[in-house]
Formats: sequence, structure tokens, C-alpha cells
Amino acid sequence: MGGMVYTSLDTTKLSTAECYGLALCELGREHPEIVALTADLAKSTKIGMFGKEFPDRFYNLGIAEQNMFGVAAGLAKNGLVAFASTFAIFAAARSLDQIHTDIAYMNVPVKIIGTHAGTSFGQAGSTHHCLIDLSVMRSLPNFTVINPCDGAETFHAVKAAYDIPGPVYIRINRGFDQVIYPNVQDVPFEWDKATTMKEGNDLTIIACGSCVFESMQASRMMKADADLGVRVLNMHTIKPIDKEAIIKAIDETGVIVTAEDHVTQGGLGSAVAEVIAEYGKPCKFKMLGHDNSFSTIGLQEDLLAMAGIDANGICNTVSELIGVDFDTELSWADEY
Amino acid sequence: MPADYKPFDKQEWLRLEKKANDLRHLTVQTVSWGGSGHIGGGMSALDALTILYHRFMKLDPNDPDWPDRDRFVLSKGHAAIAYAPVLVDYGYMPESELRIFNLTGAKIGMHLDCNKVKGCDVSTGSLGHGLSLGVGIALAARQNKKDYMVYVMTGDGELNEGSNWEAAMSAAQFKLSNVVVLVDNNKLMIDGEVKDEMNIEPVDEKFRTFGFDVLRIDGHNMKELNDAIEKAIANHQNGGTKPTAIIMDTVKGEGIDFIAGDYTWHYGSFSDEMFEKAHASLDAYYQKRVARAEKEG
Repeated sequence: MGGMVYTSLDTTKLSTAECYGLALCELGREHPEIVALTADLAKSTKIGMFGKEFPDRFYNLGIAEQNMFGVAAGLAKNGLVAFASTFAIFAAARSLDQIHTDIAYMNVPVKIIGTHAGTSFGQAGSTHHCLIDLSVMRSLPNFTVINPCDGAETFHAVKAAYDIPGPVYIRINRGFDQVIYPNVQDVPFEWDKATTMKEGNDLTIIACGSCVFESMQASRMMKADADLGVRVLNMHTIKPIDKEAIIKAIDETGVIVTAEDHVTQGGLGSAVAEVIAEYGKPCKFKMLGHDNSFSTIGLQEDLLAMAGIDANGICNTVSELIGVDFDTELSWADEY
Repeated sequence: MPADYKPFDKQEWLRLEKKANDLRHLTVQTVSWGGSGHIGGGMSALDALTILYHRFMKLDPNDPDWPDRDRFVLSKGHAAIAYAPVLVDYGYMPESELRIFNLTGAKIGMHLDCNKVKGCDVSTGSLGHGLSLGVGIALAARQNKKDYMVYVMTGDGELNEGSNWEAAMSAAQFKLSNVVVLVDNNKLMIDGEVKDEMNIEPVDEKFRTFGFDVLRIDGHNMKELNDAIEKAIANHQNGGTKPTAIIMDTVKGEGIDFIAGDYTWHYGSFSDEMFEKAHASLDAYYQKRVARAEKEG
């Protein structure tokens, strides 16, 4: 990629949002029509990095998210490409009417980066967690929806968002994600194709965001404990979803488990289920996530465990699904 | 201002009255073609629409996306029953499109889709969105080094939506003197009178407090409309730093005597007999308007 100067050292030291900020600054240097907007979250979402470099192309709307998205749509309808950032929940919930009518319906290039997604704002609790955005945003016509798995992949997703026509929604986590790609130059990111993180033909875990790392851990554990070949698909793009990769998984593995830091109603699992149902071939299937429930206050790793979407939880589900016992007392920490 | 801008004399006033009358009749005709429509709030908006499109806005119907054009946002999107006739009459789309208003598959309907209706700058319908869009469009003028005006028409009941006031704050914060909000203050909403349901008065004071230059006028008086819009444009051209709000005191259903001022005529349809009465009422109303222009012009 042109202009990429970051090393493995850089990405391991950067929060996911900082990777977003760096990508946006790079885009800003290449494309003068890019503008950026936030609603008093320039620092938290890291869109402020763009604001520092391009103060004349940056707007802080104050604590007024609905107005921010309307203003972004007005800019985008008149030749600008608008990146807008707030916490994911204040985009997908508070501002949905503006996103629906001003952005999706008008089909304008507003690129929404919702930060602090899933349970990543752990101790802030359910008012600041966002477990509904994948369902909401993927139901909007014209939108592309992406949930990268770490900072380096976020960098690529943000760069891709500029090239993808029309509106884009990217959900990213607060703080530091587990590093899956230490070197941003080695991310095999094609925005409309799932990435195969691990090969295997016994079953497939399809995951996005935080759950990609957990699924890779689970895959290692099941290989070590029961010699199971567990394929892991990183379905970073939930819409349009990579049907081909899902159908291949049905044909080659016959068992699919989905994992997402999101409710199981309408998100990644539902998107995969739609493909399975339409394909019509029998396939063992289980959706993991927050099942019709709000999250609670706590550290994200605890909240993932409580929802059964950490590595141990995923192993337990697979065990029930295919009738194989794992010794889940194995220390998966050794797998780091 | 358009290149052929003329002083507002009696001749100009009468020209605008004639155009407004034609558009009122065409709006009633559109209700007939579509079978029903938001007739009340359409008629209260029509004088402002007429003077904007036929006196002030820089536009080219042959080039709807002309980057230097002035922009218009119908935040009270349901007034499309009056706005669509304005656009069709202006030459953006053929009358045949208006004849199928609201029918299945039509490009033009109850709330306009800017991706289908030429000359329509943004899609509206959900209330409380237009001023935010207008702020974005005005900021785009800065980014693109253009100098156009952005006119946003809101309803008065619509101002109950809090998003308007988020947008108003930002218009003032960003010193968008090219933004002109026109409040169609017809004092009625679907369920009754604004003052009884959720009062927005003193609406002029509210906008003033939010950082606007505010003018309050009779929204059915072409001279007052002219002077207010001229003042707003002059404010922008002379380096003003505030957006302008023009509070237009209007009457819902203006010109059609049997619906004027009646909140139950937010939306409706006419019988054949009522259409005849409506056109007759508009003719009589036009005579009064001409008489005023003749006397005061």
C-alpha cells in the first residue's frame, strides 16, 4: 500500500482507534475532499488526529450526534467524503433516523466509525456498550458493514471505506485489541472476502471483531486436545457477507459456529444463518453472542466469558454440538 | 442573486403574485391527480417557495447539479404537494411526472426523493432533519470555495423536534451567514394548535437566543418576504457572521376559504365539488392579492 510506513512495533503499541486515526490521516493527505466530524469525542475516538493535521476539514459538533450525522450527509451530498465518529451506540441507536434517511436513503459517502463497540467499554456498562449495531446497520440499504478484528485490520478497513462507494459503517473496540496481525503490511484484507485465519475440515467457526482472537484460541485448543481441524473464518465484513466462504464451510466441514460480541438477534450469526438456510444443505449450526440480553459492568474479557464467547465458551459449545469432550482446564494461556 | 435581478417594484410584485396564483392552482390540481395531499401546509408554504424560486435563487433547470446553484431544503418534507409543482413548473421535470403524483412507481410523491426528483437537493420527510442538512451543505460551500445561499424551510410544529436546536446551535457556531431558515409558522399541527399541544413561541426569541438574526413577517405578503430575504442575502454578502431566521406568520390552507386555518386539513382529499370550490376560492383570493399589490406596490 502506498504511504504505509508502520512497522510491527508500531501496531503492537497502538490502540485500535489510533490505527483508525493514522489511516484517516493518510487518506486525508491523499484525498483533499475528505472531511471529518465528531460529537465531542475527538480524543476518545481518535478522529481528533485528523483534526490536528487538517483543522480546516474537521468539525466538532458538540454533544449532538443527530445533528452531526445530518451535517455529514449535507457535506457528502455536495462533493465531500465525510468520516464521522462517535461511540457505536450513539450512532446506531441515538442517530438512527438521521443515518436511515439522510445517509442510507440519499446514498451519500458518509463513513461512520463507531468506536467502543461490543462490550469493549467494559466498566461503562450497558448504556455505553453496543450490542445492536450490526443488526441495525446491516438492515439499512446501501450500507457496507465491517467489524475488524484488531488495529492492523482496522487500518485496512478504514482505507477501504474510502474506496467503497456509498455509506460505510465500521465498528471498532475501545482500547487495545489482542494483536492478531503484528505487522500492518501483512494483513491479507480484501474488504468483501472473509479471511481464513486457520484451516480445518472438521468444523468452522465464523467470527468477527473481538471473537476472532477467541476463535483462533479455541481452534488451537481443540487441535491440541482432540486433534480437531477447526477452520476459523474472520468475517470482518458482515454486509455484503462472503456467501462463497460460508457455502464452502458447509460443504467441507458440515458444522458451523458463529461468535460475535453482539446480540445473537440479527448480527453476524443471523447473516450466516440466512446463507445456510437459503443454501438448503443440512448443517449443524450454533450462534454464540449475547442472547437477547444486555451486558453488565465488568472487564471485557470477563464479559466475553460470561456470554460464552471466549475461547473456553466456544470450546464448550462445540463440545455439546458435536459430542466431543475437551479438557477445557487446559491452560489456554499457554497458547499466547 | 440571479443575474437578471430587478428591484421589487409594482410590476415585479404583480409578476410574483401571478406566479404564486398559478402555483396554488397547480398544487390543488396535483391533489386532484394524486387523490389526496398535505394541502394545508402546502398552501401556507407557497408564497415563500414562489419568491425563492422566481426571484432569489440562482438555478439552472437544465443543469440541476450546477455546483454554484443556491440550495433549498424542504425540512417540512410533507409540503412536497406544493414543492413538486414548483419544481415541475420551473422546468426540472415534465408535467407528466406530476400527473402521476403519489401513484405506484411515480418519481414524485408525498415526500421527495432527491435521487429521483431533479432539482430537489435533499430527501426529506422525517421532521427535524433539514437544518442539519442545510448546515452541512453550507459548510460544503466553504470546503468547495463556492458562494451559494442555503434556504431551509421548516414547519412550526416541526420545531418541537430537538434536533432542530442542535442544528441551530451549529449554524451559529460555524457563523453560517449563508444559511436562511424560513419558519412556516402556520400555528397548526396534526392534532391541533401548536400553542395548545407543544408551544414553540416565542419562536423569534428562541432563534435570536440561538445566535440568529431574526426577522418576523407576514408570510403571505410578497413585499415583506422580499425585504426579509433581501436583508438576509445582504447580511451574508456584507460579511455578516450570523445565520438568519425568517419567521413567516402564515395560515394553513391559505387561499382556500373552506380549509384555511382548520387544523383538520393537514392532509386530505377533495370531492369534485370541493375542487371547483377550491379553484374558485383561489381566484377570489388572487384578486385580493392583486388589489394589495396595486395599492401598496
